[in-house]
This record gives sequence, C-alpha cells and structure tokens, in this order.
Amino acid sequence: MTALSILYVVLFYAAIAVLIGGITNKVLQYKRVPAPLKIPVTPAPMTKGGVAWRLTMEIVLFNSLFRSSKWTWIFGWIFHVALLLAFFRHLRYVVSPDSFLWPIVSLQVVQSFGKYAGFAMVVGLIGLLGRRIFVDRVRYISSPSDYLMLLLIIGIAVSGLMMNYVVRTDIVQLKAFIMGLFLFDWQNLPSDFILLVHLTLVLILSFVFPISKLLHAPGLFFAPTRNQVDNPREVRHLSPWGAELEAKDGRNA
Amino acid sequence: MADFEIPETHEFPVIPTVMEGVMSHSAPFLAKEQFQAPLGFPGNGELIEGWKETFLEKLGEMLGKYRSLQVFMDICVKCGACTDKCHYFLGTGDAKNMPVARQDLLRKVYRRYFTFAGKHFPKLVGAVDLTEEIIDEMYSYYHQCSECRRCSVFCPYGIDTAEVTMAARDILAHVGKGQKYSNEIIGKVHKIGNNLGLPEPALADTLEGLEEEVEEDTGVKVRYPLDEKGADILLVTPSADFFAEPHVDGLIGYGKVFHAAGVSWTVSSKASEAANFGLFIGNYENMREISLRIREAAKELGVKRIIFGECGHAWRVAYSFLNTLAGPWDFLDPNYPVPQHILDFTSDCLDRGILNIDKSENDWMTLTFHDSCNVARASRIGSYPGSQFEIPRKVIKAVCNNFHDMAPETIHDSTFCCGGGGGLLTDDLIELRIKGALPRMEALKNVIEDKGVTHMAAICAICKSQFTKVLPYYGMTMDQIVSVHQLVSSAIILEGQGDEDEAEADTEEAA
Ligand code: HEM
Ligand code: SF4
Ligand code: SF4
Repeated sequence: MTALSILYVVLFYAAIAVLIGGITNKVLQYKRVPAPLKIPVTPAPMTKGGVAWRLTMEIVLFNSLFRSSKWTWIFGWIFHVALLLAFFRHLRYVVSPDSFLWPIVSLQVVQSFGKYAGFAMVVGLIGLLGRRIFVDRVRYISSPSDYLMLLLIIGIAVSGLMMNYVVRTDIVQLKAFIMGLFLFDWQNLPSDFILLVHLTLVLILSFVFPISKLLHAPGLFFAPTRNQVDNPREVRHLSPWGAELEAKDGRNA
Repeated sequence: MADFEIPETHEFPVIPTVMEGVMSHSAPFLAKEQFQAPLGFPGNGELIEGWKETFLEKLGEMLGKYRSLQVFMDICVKCGACTDKCHYFLGTGDAKNMPVARQDLLRKVYRRYFTFAGKHFPKLVGAVDLTEEIIDEMYSYYHQCSECRRCSVFCPYGIDTAEVTMAARDILAHVGKGQKYSNEIIGKVHKIGNNLGLPEPALADTLEGLEEEVEEDTGVKVRYPLDEKGADILLVTPSADFFAEPHVDGLIGYGKVFHAAGVSWTVSSKASEAANFGLFIGNYENMREISLRIREAAKELGVKRIIFGECGHAWRVAYSFLNTLAGPWDFLDPNYPVPQHILDFTSDCLDRGILNIDKSENDWMTLTFHDSCNVARASRIGSYPGSQFEIPRKVIKAVCNNFHDMAPETIHDSTFCCGGGGGLLTDDLIELRIKGALPRMEALKNVIEDKGVTHMAAICAICKSQFTKVLPYYGMTMDQIVSVHQLVSSAIILEGQGDEDEAEADTEEAA
C-alpha cells in the first residue's frame, strides 16, 4: 500500500470515530439536561403525534424559515435537498452489489438526481453566501467560521462535480478503497488530485461537525420550544431538580 | 417631550440599516443590596469579588439545568432569519437588538469557555474572554429584550432569545448586577403579597369603593369580595386592576360577569397579584415562591377553582408553569381547568346565553385587538390551539358591533410586543419603550386611518400601562387603550339594572 493510502485509511477511521462519537456525546448531553418548564411556542400541538408532525414539517419543508425569509428559505432548502440527494447517490460507494439495498441505490432516478443535485447544491450555497456577504444584518452576525463552512461545502460540491464532468477518477479503485475500510481489508486509494481534495474536505467536515453549528441537525429534535406537547394543565411536568426543590421544603404537598 | 427622536411610523414596515451602539447607553437602574438580598442575590449594584469565576460557574450550572439554553447555545446557524423580527431592532436599528446578536453576547462567552472550537480557535468562531465591558454590554442589551418570543416563531429551530435573556439576567444577578425595577417589585410580592405593596386594608377599601361605584352606576349590588372563605372561585388578577385606568374597568367587568353567572368568588389578600416577575429575571426559585402563594391562598380559602384576570406574562406563568411550580392541584374541582382564564369563563357564559348584552353601548367605539405576546406565543386560553386568538376576538365581537383586525403579519403569533414587557416597564427605560413600540404603533395607526378604528383592546396589565404611556408620543391619546372586560362591563345589563323596560325584558328572558 502507498503511504498516501495508509494516511487516508487512518484519517477516515479517525473521522468516523469523531463524527459518531462526537454526535453521540452531544445527543446524550441534550437528553441528559432536563427541560424544567413547559415552553412550547404556541399555538402548539396537544398530542405527541401533533409534535411529530410539527417537527416533520420543519425538517422537510423548513416551515418556520418559509414564514420568515423567502430568500433564505429557497436557497437553504435547495441546498439541503441537494445534500440529501447527493448523499443517496454516494451510497453506491459503500453498498456492496450483493446487498439487499443495491437495487434501490442503483436506481436510475437516485443516480441521475444525485448527479444534478451537485449543481443545485452549489446554487443554493452561493445564494446563502451572497446573503451573508450582501445583507448587512446577516453580515453583522457572521464569524469567519460561518463563511468558511459555506466555502468548505462549496469546495466539496465543486470538486465532486469536477470528477463527474472534468477529470474522472478511478471509481472501481475508489470503491475498493472504501469497501476495504469496512472489511478491514485495506486497499490503495487512487491518487488523483481532485479526488484527494474532495476527500480531504469531507474529512474536515466530519471533524468539525460535532464541534460546530452543524449540530443544528441533531439539535433541532431537542428544542423544547418545538418538541413539547401543549398540555401543562393536564399533565404535571416536573424536572428532577425541580422535584428535589419540592422534596426539600415540602410546600407542594 | 423627550431628548431623543420618536421614530416615524410608515404605511409599510421599514427594516432599518444596521447601526452599531446607538442604544448602548440604555440600561435600567441596578439593584442595590436592599433589593438584591431579599431575593437571595449578592452585591450592591457592583460586580462582586470573584465575579468572573461566579459567572462561569453559574453559566455552567444553567447549561446543566436548562436544555433550552444548552441546545440554543450550540445550534444557531446564523441564518439571519430572526434578524428583522424584533421590535427593538425595528425601533432602534441597533445591531445588538437583532435576536441572534443578542444571543451572541452570551454565546461568545459560552464558546470561549465551554466549547473546543472557542477554547482553541476563538477568533475563528467569534469567541471572547469574559471582561467587565462584556458584562456591561450584557446588562444593557439583555434589558432591551422583552422576552416576547417573536424571534422564536421565525427561527428554523425555534431558538427562543427569551430563554437566553432569562438565563443571562439570572447569571448577572448572581454576580451583583441585578435589575432594580424587577427585584424591588418581587421583594414587595414576597413581603406584602402584590407588586404595588398594597396591604390588606387598602385592598379592602378599594374593593368596597368599587362596589359603591358599580351600585351607583347600575343600581345593582355587585360584590367584590376579599378573603371570603368558602367561595367557589379564587380570582387572581394583576394588582394594577385594583386602581389604574383602564385596568380597573376590567376588574369591574369580571365582577359583573361573575354576578350575572351567579357564582361565588373572592380575591385573596395573600395572593393579591397575578404578576410573577420571577419569570422576567429568569429565576426558578423566585418564580416558584411567588406561585406558591396562590397554592396557599387557595387552600386557606377552600376554593374549588382558580381564575386569572387579564394579564399576559401572568397567564403564561399560570397556564404553563403553575402546575409545575405550585401543583399538583388535586384538591380543586377537576371539572374545571386549573387555572382558567377569565376570558374562557366569560366566553363560556356568552355561549350559554346567560349574559344579557346590549352591544350598542359600545357603538361609539371601533375596536381592534392587540394580542399580548405571552398569551399568543406562550399559552392557550381555550380547549384548542389558537383559541388564545379566537376567544378574545369572539368576546369583543359579542359585546361590540365595530371591530377590525390590524395587519395579519402583526397579530396572532406574529404579534408585536407593546414594547414594555419582560420587566422593562420602568421609567429608566422610557426611550427603549417608546422606540420598541414602533411596529405596534405603526400597525395601529394604519387601521385607524384605513378602518376608522378608535380604540385598541388588550388583555395584559403591562400592555395597558405601556400603551397608556406611549400612545401620546405617537400622536394618539392614552384613553385609546381599553380592557376587554371593560367592553364587556359597558355592554352587560345586569338583572335589575336601568329603566323599567329593560328590567321587564330581563325577567322575560330569565323566565
Ligand atoms: C435534520 C437535517 C437538517 C435540517 C432539518 C437542516 C436544516 C437547516 C436549516 C433550516 C438551515 C437554515 C437555513 C439555511 O441557511 O439553509 C440550515 C443551515 C445550514 N445547514 Fe442544515 N439541516 C440539516 C442537516 C444538515 C447537514 C447534515 C449539514 C451538513 C453539511 C447541514 C449544513 C448546513 C449549513 C452549512 C447551514 C448554514 C448555511 C448558511 O451559512 O447560511 N445541514 N440547516
Ligand atoms: S433564526 Fe435561529 S438559527 Fe437563524 S440566526 Fe436567528 S437564532 Fe440563529
Ligand atoms: S424575545 Fe422578543 S424582545 Fe427578545 S430578542 Fe426576541 S423578538 Fe426581541
């Protein structure tokens, strides 16, 4: 194996560990910290099913964002849908042809939608970047990391598109490398420059995910303002530390 | 009138250009020791010794106690969707009054001391060291937020700046930077039972006065009882209802409705205050302490139900938190919601047809309705989501012939704060209050011009006081703000009231 391939094997394992470990750690923290009071933003659903629907609408359609800013919504939504489509397209690199998933992954729609999604993603990201640069309010609240995050993902999308349309890489060897990671049977990585750029940026994205605002993806499910049921009079809501206070002075008896 | 400019109103809202520091001089008076100590806070209006460690320790503690704070500190993507949603930004143009910028005052410290990125790459992620200047900035801008939650409605993740403001105020109070206005008032509630410091004899006097006034007006003896054991209903209402205009006309209205419905009720001198400023300062213990008075009063008086009068934040605490803080309420009648909103009660009476209403009494007015933020975005009134918008309008329309809503993007859950909520209803913040009222004033002016609206009804003591104060600055008059139950009061015809014809009609209907 080439030294380069060994380096990338190590980096990939590290990235997967950081990504999974980091997100798990954060999710466990969000679960552990109690929400002591009922604070759903009303009107809020009165049932758990209603809350599931509310969150689904937020995740699928970005409902609230649609109400607040049509431009951010259109660019943001395009970007995220494209991200999802691109994700599906990438499954063909990690799913073996014998897998029961293969017939779905290899579907023509998945593959061609995924291919064009790259362009949509860049359009969405450039729109978001433009908003950040040209709208004075958004510029004011932006830190360097906010620009870099967009540039990073633009870099991933553009390098990906280049492999599709400009300089193709050795897909067969790439798939062998990735499957090798899963089977602990390490293979060489094609050493094309664009591919290395693409993979390096993806590695960076994985490393920063659990320590950045990308936590919005898991965090969204834990926002008490959106995930609580509107039933404070019917069901008594009490946090462990609230219960401790009560137990101490017994005034709620 | 004032040494600053009153903002101009427009036909359509204008989003201001971002300006830096134009409101950095605005800060409420600090609480001296006499107002800090009774609430369990240290200091004398200055930073205490070891403030930095205490601040960070307290921040760490809050992050472990409030999921909202922990999650909100992490997940903001700086999308900017909330930036033009705050009435204080719209009214002042100050950059730090954009909700996300307000959160960032705390977030940049959180990042510096609690996150990997902020510890190692502070410049990259905008993390900063905690300094005295940062504390001063926090004190200023966390007192330019009325905790109205409008930003939360529009954030893709529901990030509620109010939660951040509350946490920040609590932390600031713990390093010696408490706010005089709220803390002084909470002290009075703990000691005397209400925000105004009205002792029992004064309260008894006031209520007696009301009975006389109503009897003079209507010829009917309507009771306004105090501390009456065995009454069915405990009415908990903001203390402004006992004397201030237009609040007191609302209280007169509740009494008339109770009278017409034939229920027994009482006010308690122990819990003679619906307001709970513990919410504003973000302090669970103080909020619980204030709530527990209601539990004690309900037990002592042996009531079966609890009804809250017209007040926004009080209703939020009542509806959303009372069960948590002062429950369980298993000793009350389970057939009624605990607590119930006075409008829910009145609306039910209207449905059952037991109120005799003469709408024409209110014909000289054309009404609009101001949704109070805490009712609109932090609670519910009736049995279904959104009933907090419909029930007040239904009641108003049942007692008035002329009603027009303001522009749709300024009502319901998009409602604009009056500008004086969240513990900011104090004269030391008058500039902020006037400027923050801009979006509401704009919407009101538009319906006045287009629809001939003459009065705005509200169901919150703070809104009513705030509007009474700021309406004149925008070229309107202070009596253009009215209580919803004031409208009910004028239209309701009690049995035995008025001339003979009406009395006859009454008996016929009753028969
Ligand atoms: C549960 C899944 C997710 C949901 C519901 C979601 C939702 C959102 C929303 C509503 C926004 C704000 C609007 C915008 O600026 O686009 C946003 C921003 C963003 N999201 Fe996601 N997202 C998800 C997953 C992800 C993932 C996996 C990534 C990883 C690359 C990502 C990257 C971003 C970035 C970089 C921004 C900021 C864009 C900017 O700077 O303006 N999101 N997301
Ligand atoms: S709308 Fe929410 S996520 Fe967007 S900048 Fe404001 S607080 Fe952050
Ligand atoms: S809660 Fe209200 S006052 Fe505070 S930042 Fe949000 S919109 Fe502004």
